[in-house]
Amino acid sequence: MKGRFGEFGGQYIPETLMNEVKRLEESYEFYKNDPSFAAELNGLLKNYAGRPSLLYYAEKMTRNLGGARIYLKREDLNHTGSHKINNVLGQTLLAKRMGKTRVIAETGAGQHGVATATAAALLGLECEIFMGKEDTERQALNVYRMELLGAKVNAVTSGTMTLKDAVNETMRDWTGRVHDTLYVLGSVMGPHPFPTIVRDFQSVIGKETREQLLEKEGKLPYAVLACVGGGSNAMGMFYRFIEDKSVKLIGCEAAGRGIDTPENAATIANGSVGIFHGMKSYFCQNEEGQIAPVYSISAGLDYPGIGPEHAYLYKSGRAEYVPVTDSEAVAAFEYLARTEGIICAIESAHAVAHAMKIAKDIPNTESIVICLSGRGDKDVAAIARYRGIKLYE
Amino acid sequence: MSRIKKAFLNGKAFIGFLTGGDPSIEKSLEFIGEMVHAGADIVEIGIPFSDPIAEGPVIQRANLRALSAGATLPRLFGLVESVRKTSEVPLVFLTYLNPVFVYGYDAFFKEASRVGLDGIIIPDLPYEEGGEVRPFAEKYGIDLISLIAPTSDERIGEIAKNAAGFVYAVSSMGVTGMRGEIATDIGAMTKKVKAAAKIPTAIGFGINTVEQARSLSALADGVIVGSAIVKIIEEYGKDAGREVYRYVLEMKKAVTE
Repeated sequence: MKGRFGEFGGQYIPETLMNEVKRLEESYEFYKNDPSFAAELNGLLKNYAGRPSLLYYAEKMTRNLGGARIYLKREDLNHTGSHKINNVLGQTLLAKRMGKTRVIAETGAGQHGVATATAAALLGLECEIFMGKEDTERQALNVYRMELLGAKVNAVTSGTMTLKDAVNETMRDWTGRVHDTLYVLGSVMGPHPFPTIVRDFQSVIGKETREQLLEKEGKLPYAVLACVGGGSNAMGMFYRFIEDKSVKLIGCEAAGRGIDTPENAATIANGSVGIFHGMKSYFCQNEEGQIAPVYSISAGLDYPGIGPEHAYLYKSGRAEYVPVTDSEAVAAFEYLARTEGIICAIESAHAVAHAMKIAKDIPNTESIVICLSGRGDKDVAAIARYRGIKLYE
Repeated sequence: MSRIKKAFLNGKAFIGFLTGGDPSIEKSLEFIGEMVHAGADIVEIGIPFSDPIAEGPVIQRANLRALSAGATLPRLFGLVESVRKTSEVPLVFLTYLNPVFVYGYDAFFKEASRVGLDGIIIPDLPYEEGGEVRPFAEKYGIDLISLIAPTSDERIGEIAKNAAGFVYAVSSMGVTGMRGEIATDIGAMTKKVKAAAKIPTAIGFGINTVEQARSLSALADGVIVGSAIVKIIEEYGKDAGREVYRYVLEMKKAVTE
């Protein structure tokens, strides 16, 4: 069925948006096969975003952990510091081709907001970002960064004042202004066609990884790992490996203070099937179907749902999803900094943490790839505070 | 004949909305009574949801008040049952899909029918996704009420043709809430809806003044007023009964003039 991944996905949105998402789908279907669109996007990815990103062999980490050969896919080295730019360049180019003059986006940690504001500045589009008030305070530097780039940042004061509320508010804005505005959704979530569009634009991660690793190792990896909130970097990494049945696909969810505590965002571990934010998928919710407040040290994984294609990969058994706590992620963040000299995003550190758990049990003739989805500059103050050091940006 | 159908037989209908359980289930029962007493032809009960994406700030706040006061689906079914003891007013739930999905479609509509609910409006269930809900609504005789928006254009025909109860014509872009003026060409839109639908059409979103009620009711079979009533309840709290009565009386008069 169109827009479905098994039973998951769909278009559960207000009637006001229906014609617009249909137009978006038609435009996307047209432009994805249009050579001039592909040329423009590939040009920007290469000359502006800095692709292809490096596939780095983490030799010290490999030796230290004693097992699988560990590779890091360096999405943190992209312009704006994360994988978000891959999708944003695609969607903002699409917005321009559709004749839109304004883009809006939600953001949690600020990575997607910064990427959207960046692309909007480059392409000459008006830009408004919606960010939970709590996150604007946690990530004040990113708010100013977006403003420097010419975007208007709206602090969202409804609900829990975090990422899910930012999505609510961006949808509400879009419902009022579809004629000139495109909602540049930041993850593989929301109503069809967003999960497909975002996955396609992010699949460059796995495509490059597969080629780069085959060149270096002469064979496919044992496993690929990525952190999962909504799941865009994970879907981008997984997609080109789905048909390679021998490759394990491992998504790392934010378990916050533990999956047995109320303070986590581990949707697969603790959630159940529901319908929210335009899609049928797994959500953290109560027995009444009210969406639960979630928690993670990582603002980018602090989301009560997961993209519908991940829900399908989980249910069909093709991918596995594991919980990683705040303390494990912080330890991995520090470990990677000291061992490899790389300060990664606290989101990505969730995937590093799980790799550290499994590496030693995998033979040294095999390799695993961790998607380093972003860089960690934005997290330094928060990690310091986690360690009891009073450091403010 | 269904209660909803009957509600449109005596001239233009006034449809009033409140969020169920705001500030309490008992008070909702009282306020519904006041609306009916003042002449409301249909009452819509909003099922509070944690993330009401189609609502403006007024109804968002009412949702939070109702949830923190402990409103749950079983208690809201109880509210319908209580109203039914004394009144034949058509009752319609406005709910986001997730609470219905999690309750279970069959169980939900079975219970809805048992307590005497007449219809349901689901703002995040567009026509294309309606197939997973409609068979259950039909099985238990609950009207699945369709919305048509200013952007619906060529979708109007198919939606209106398959609609049940009444067609909910959304007057404005954006979310619910009171507006100074209704900017869309609502006249042209309702004309298209009425040409395609075999059932009545009511206009909602943004309506709060007597003048708006008067001019919009001329274009359709009824008007729906939500945020303005919820705002009164927000302002007067548990003492809002008298004010709700006064307001609905005035609006009903404007609609029938």
